[in-house]
Amino acid sequence: MQLSREALIRAYRQMKTIRLFEERLHDEIALGEIAGFTHLYAGQEACAVGVCEHLGPTDYIISTHRGHGHCIAKGCDVMAMMKEIYGSRDGLCKGKGGSMHIADMNVGMLGANGIVGAGAPIAVGAGITAKSNGTVSIAFSGDGACNQGTTFEAMNMAVVLKLPVIFVFENNHYSEHTGEAYAVGAESMTARSAAFGMKAIKANGIDFFSVYDAMRELIDYCKAGNGPASIELDCERFYGHFEGDPQRYRGPGELDRIREERDCLKTFRTRVTEAKLLEGAELDRVDVEVADLIDRAVGEAKLADRPTPQDVLQDVYISY
Amino acid sequence: MAIKMIRDVIRDTIDDEMARDDRLIMLGEDIVGGNGAPGGPEAIGGIWGTSGGLWAKYGADRVIDTPISESAIIGAAAGAALTGKRAIAEIMFADFIGVCMDQIWNQVAKFRYMFGGKTSCPLVIRMPYGAGFNAAPQHSQVIHQFVTAMPGLKVVMPSTPADAKGLLTQAIRDDDPVIFLEHKALYGVKGEVPDGDYIIPFGHARHVTQGDDITILATGMMVGFAENAAAQLAQDGIGCDILDLRTTSPLDEEAILDSVERTGRLLIVDEAPPRCSFATDLSALVAQKAFASLKAPIDMVTPPHSPVPFARELESAYLPSPDKIVASAVKLMSYRRG
Repeated sequence: MQLSREALIRAYRQMKTIRLFEERLHDEIALGEIAGFTHLYAGQEACAVGVCEHLGPTDYIISTHRGHGHCIAKGCDVMAMMKEIYGSRDGLCKGKGGSMHIADMNVGMLGANGIVGAGAPIAVGAGITAKSNGTVSIAFSGDGACNQGTTFEAMNMAVVLKLPVIFVFENNHYSEHTGEAYAVGAESMTARSAAFGMKAIKANGIDFFSVYDAMRELIDYCKAGNGPASIELDCERFYGHFEGDPQRYRGPGELDRIREERDCLKTFRTRVTEAKLLEGAELDRVDVEVADLIDRAVGEAKLADRPTPQDVLQDVYISY
Repeated sequence: MAIKMIRDVIRDTIDDEMARDDRLIMLGEDIVGGNGAPGGPEAIGGIWGTSGGLWAKYGADRVIDTPISESAIIGAAAGAALTGKRAIAEIMFADFIGVCMDQIWNQVAKFRYMFGGKTSCPLVIRMPYGAGFNAAPQHSQVIHQFVTAMPGLKVVMPSTPADAKGLLTQAIRDDDPVIFLEHKALYGVKGEVPDGDYIIPFGHARHVTQGDDITILATGMMVGFAENAAAQLAQDGIGCDILDLRTTSPLDEEAILDSVERTGRLLIVDEAPPRCSFATDLSALVAQKAFASLKAPIDMVTPPHSPVPFARELESAYLPSPDKIVASAVKLMSYRRG
């Protein structure tokens, strides 16, 4: 599918924003600036952006513990996200959720989620709403969550109820610290999805265009009332399961190799400049603008208001 | 006023609310029944008879028969409620909460808090519960003690047809998630039910009987047992002040403390086993806030620390009963300090 220059630049900007957001978090966490558990999305940018560039605010997504990329791709405010990760009361979730629970209903982002496999059932419910609105609901899951019973229940129920839900499995080949080759019992995740009775395809998760084109097909298919669909995206995780993970499970030279040969941002840049769709200088300008945005986000987050003990009891209930 | 059984009150209240608000949907196993079978659909209308006729009236997009998938039922109801619907999910037996606890505890209960107060999840999870049917360890339990301990959930336990209507109406219109517990043994209980819109706000106990000697706290099927015991005790001149707490979260602390300060004696009747339970929670509340009023130790009539047994003799021995309540009350009245 041919994208306009504006659409290409926008897609690149989204992917670059995710990359620099995560690289900066990696540095800040190493300096001890950020509390708690953080799971970085760097390496998988083409997946989130290739899916979400098709979606509007009334299409829904639900994410995982590795959720920053999905949040940015769906339109969550980057400044407010950074403040949330720093635990500020001005954060997107007022400092109550942190990295693993960023959500923004106004943009159809139903939350990152600290429980592996918990998102898919909730996406089925958003699919009930989507069906009545003519939109779609997307469940992002990994090759880890694809083995959870909750995911199986959700896939079956979406088929039974014929809902416009797309199960997006980002296969980064590691469920936490265990290889996909061990943990996924089926020979193919895609074949397993198909066995649930839904359309199931596979795309190249390090190629934005592969993801983007495949998703166009699936979204049209679901909106036409054909029921749910599934897509497996072959991708790479550039960092550990969580920040601080020594990654002893990686093979020799693996990280250098995937960063060199399987980087979705490099792939995108080469593709669009060789095809003369965009100039390298245009992309360089985006790089500078995004770097500035992330600098400002971190600067503001460090200075943002902290929550107070009185805030602990706010928002447990609407009324009690 | 009409005379109705609780099962019909539940069904009629859902019907009224579905007619009133077209955002409201309902999900559960066999709430329609017979789908995909020669005798269906609408072969069942809920195994407790609480959704008969609703599918025909509101259609399959609003009365949603599901596979046996409790996690997906709660998740789907929650996802719909997060995105602009209002939802009722039926878990056929409260015991099955174990299958979907993550969706209730880590998802539904926490959405609003962990998303910074910027969302609501108007969801009622209906769960038939309780012993008395020889249904054995996995189909007889109470679960209010678990869900009451979870911040973010409201927990409701009606014991009369009128309360079932007023509390279920409030639950469905409430913007917070509500666990609505229906005792299986009470479905057939008949009573007067107010006509028209009838709402009972949460956190207000019902004063069942007035008395000056012993405060009895109860919920669900235990309320009737307490009333039966109080009638026997009245013959011996012992006056019982029975409070049906109606909601365990929020809790009407004021009514409890007012009563105990007047009677000086507290007897808690609870269908949960006695460790880390609702009864121990109430006991701690009164010990902390009304200790000076107590003339005798707090007593609890509960099952023992055991699963619910199957055989008739064993289940009877397991459950609280009016006789056990009477025995406890007599013990409290005869207590003399060292």
